[in-house]
Amino acid sequence: MKQVKFPLALLAATLTLGSVTQVQAGATLDAVKKKGFVQCGISDGLPGFSYADAKGKYVGLDVDVCRAVAAAVFGDAEKVKYSPLTAKERFTALQSGEVDILSRNTTWTSSRDAAMGLNFTGVTYYDGQGFLVNKKLGVASARELDGATVCIQAGTTTELNLADYFRAHNLKFTPITYDTSDESAKSLESGRCDVLTSDQSQLYAQRIKLAAPDDYVVLPEVISKEPLGPAVRQGDEEWFDVVRWTLYAQLNAEELGVSSANVEELAKSTKNPDIARLLGAEGEYGKDLKLSKDWAVQIVKQVGNYGEIFERNVGAGSQLKIERGLNALWNKGGLQYAPPVR
Amino acid sequence: MRSSVPEPQPKPSWLTDPQVRAWLFQVLAVIFVVACGWFLFHNTQTNLAHRGILSGFGFLDNSAGFGISQHLIDYRESDSYARVFVIGVLNTLLVSLIGIALATVLGFVVGMARLSPNWLLRQIATVYIEVFRNIPPLLQIFFWYFAILQPLPGPKQSLALGELFFVNNRGLYMPAPSLSEGFMPVLVAFLLALVACIVCWRRASVQQELSGDSGWWRPLGVGLLLAVPLLTAWALGSPFTWSVPTLSGFNFRGGWVVIPELVALTLALTIYTAAFIAETVRSGIQSVSHGQTEAARSLGLRPQQTLRLVIIPQALRVIIPPLTSQYLNLTKNSSLAAGIGYPDMVSLFAGTVLNQTGQAIETMAITMSVYLAISISISLLMNLYNKRIALVER
Repeated sequence: MKQVKFPLALLAATLTLGSVTQVQAGATLDAVKKKGFVQCGISDGLPGFSYADAKGKYVGLDVDVCRAVAAAVFGDAEKVKYSPLTAKERFTALQSGEVDILSRNTTWTSSRDAAMGLNFTGVTYYDGQGFLVNKKLGVASARELDGATVCIQAGTTTELNLADYFRAHNLKFTPITYDTSDESAKSLESGRCDVLTSDQSQLYAQRIKLAAPDDYVVLPEVISKEPLGPAVRQGDEEWFDVVRWTLYAQLNAEELGVSSANVEELAKSTKNPDIARLLGAEGEYGKDLKLSKDWAVQIVKQVGNYGEIFERNVGAGSQLKIERGLNALWNKGGLQYAPPVR
Repeated sequence: MRSSVPEPQPKPSWLTDPQVRAWLFQVLAVIFVVACGWFLFHNTQTNLAHRGILSGFGFLDNSAGFGISQHLIDYRESDSYARVFVIGVLNTLLVSLIGIALATVLGFVVGMARLSPNWLLRQIATVYIEVFRNIPPLLQIFFWYFAILQPLPGPKQSLALGELFFVNNRGLYMPAPSLSEGFMPVLVAFLLALVACIVCWRRASVQQELSGDSGWWRPLGVGLLLAVPLLTAWALGSPFTWSVPTLSGFNFRGGWVVIPELVALTLALTIYTAAFIAETVRSGIQSVSHGQTEAARSLGLRPQQTLRLVIIPQALRVIIPPLTSQYLNLTKNSSLAAGIGYPDMVSLFAGTVLNQTGQAIETMAITMSVYLAISISISLLMNLYNKRIALVER
């Protein structure tokens, strides 16, 4: 139970006592503007996505999603407050209104989208589930894992994919389900389980947290599609649009060659109509979103375009050194594609 | 002559009638409570619908799709959430019942030791109680799980006991019996022997009353109980076939396994609760006046008989009510299982199922009502027992 009590209590309170008119389009954006910060639900410590650095400041890809939204809304990327959530707590925290955005490496699935009162605004990271094993086991493929004990995190899609994969390949396994990723990593190290399974990005992140990272290897199989993205409450299209277009602005910026280094100069001097529209030099596209004219300039200047935040947090500029792969732009062989600003 | 007929009093208003008033307030209170409940229910329904969150109990029939590390009944990933719920309840009951049984025994032993004339024993018991009841149970669970059980060797370096029992960081493996052809005859033989044994013990008591010596009846009964089933098994074949755990691939296969999560949880809850029970037992025994001991001794009862026949029956009257709350505490503390991944009801149903379905209100309501039902059952049983042993006043 531990920390799950609070969001649950809050959910119970708002659902039972709250008046029906509480959720309506625009409520979240207005509330956020009024209180002066974005409340952002992040993970409980995952290098590359959201974790506290040496100075106790949260950094990572998921954190930058929230910072970009704050930059778009307030023109200040620092106006964010963070709520670290376990996988089990996250949806309740969003449903209850404890957080405004859930940016916590969460897989977009139909049931979460349709039955839980959430909407996913886009995909910040295309991921897939993999396996992390000790080299000592001498396993080269997931097909050799018959009879293995597998550590997983409770309340994740990985729990379901794992069972599907082993069933489909007629293999047996014993799952050990922990609340936090730290507990499952500890159990992998102690040998309570043979394998740790999670999204591949998480496995790379978990591995650098182990005492002897080089003793462990990520198996080649990817057994699922895990599109990770931020989610907001259903029924508030205005806020949904703000979060969705914040990501699209970052993707468009990368595609158009706009980066934190050149954004201010381009905003003043660009001749390219696409860039001019994105950066507010032409048209009133920020106003459509109820944001300022220079919303995209603020996002790119303070947080960076999509390529920059990827490289800084999980790519070549980070400890994780993950390739762009599926997360490259559509015109560079990847899946990341944003509708145009116009 | 004056008439003695009293003057007619004005009839009092029905509003001032205390009985009518009492009823009126009761009815108003009931209406208020029901209206509040209806408001909360209706508002929740409307809000859920408005936010696009699915509600209702239909999800229980859906297929769960995830694996579970310990299930007392058969389970496959394609089974329904309802079955997952039953598995969670059974796992909670399992750890609670084992915990209650062990904690009672340990608590009584330590409680007695607290009053022992032996100085060393007394001090050990005191230290035990002071240490374990003052450390939060979750920490104790972590201690047993992460510090004691996880550092055990892996499956390939298991500590073995005669190639039948194996201990490693995956659990305790032991041979598992399954019924074979000889089972029915041996069962019948055992039941017959049991009846014969009970008859023998009855005879023994009767004879002891008459002559002061029970003779050979008791040993005869025990001998029958052991010999008859064994001889039947020897003549007609073993009642069980044994599946012995063998190392294959990553883990042992076959046999029974007690997972370390269960061991850690049971140990921690037992040791924690036993410390409280020990204090309850001590206070119960001390509540029996010393005169009772002196009287018993002067009647010629030995110290052990004094304790068993005089002190404990009277102490139980004081012990049982607080003991009931300790049982309830242990059951409720078993929900800390979620911390180490033991698949109890909270971790499995209020954790995984809640998260996979997103139906927080329904799963929480079900989970809370199950705890309520378990706790009330324990209370009822203990109250019945309490009534039976209570002082009968004439």
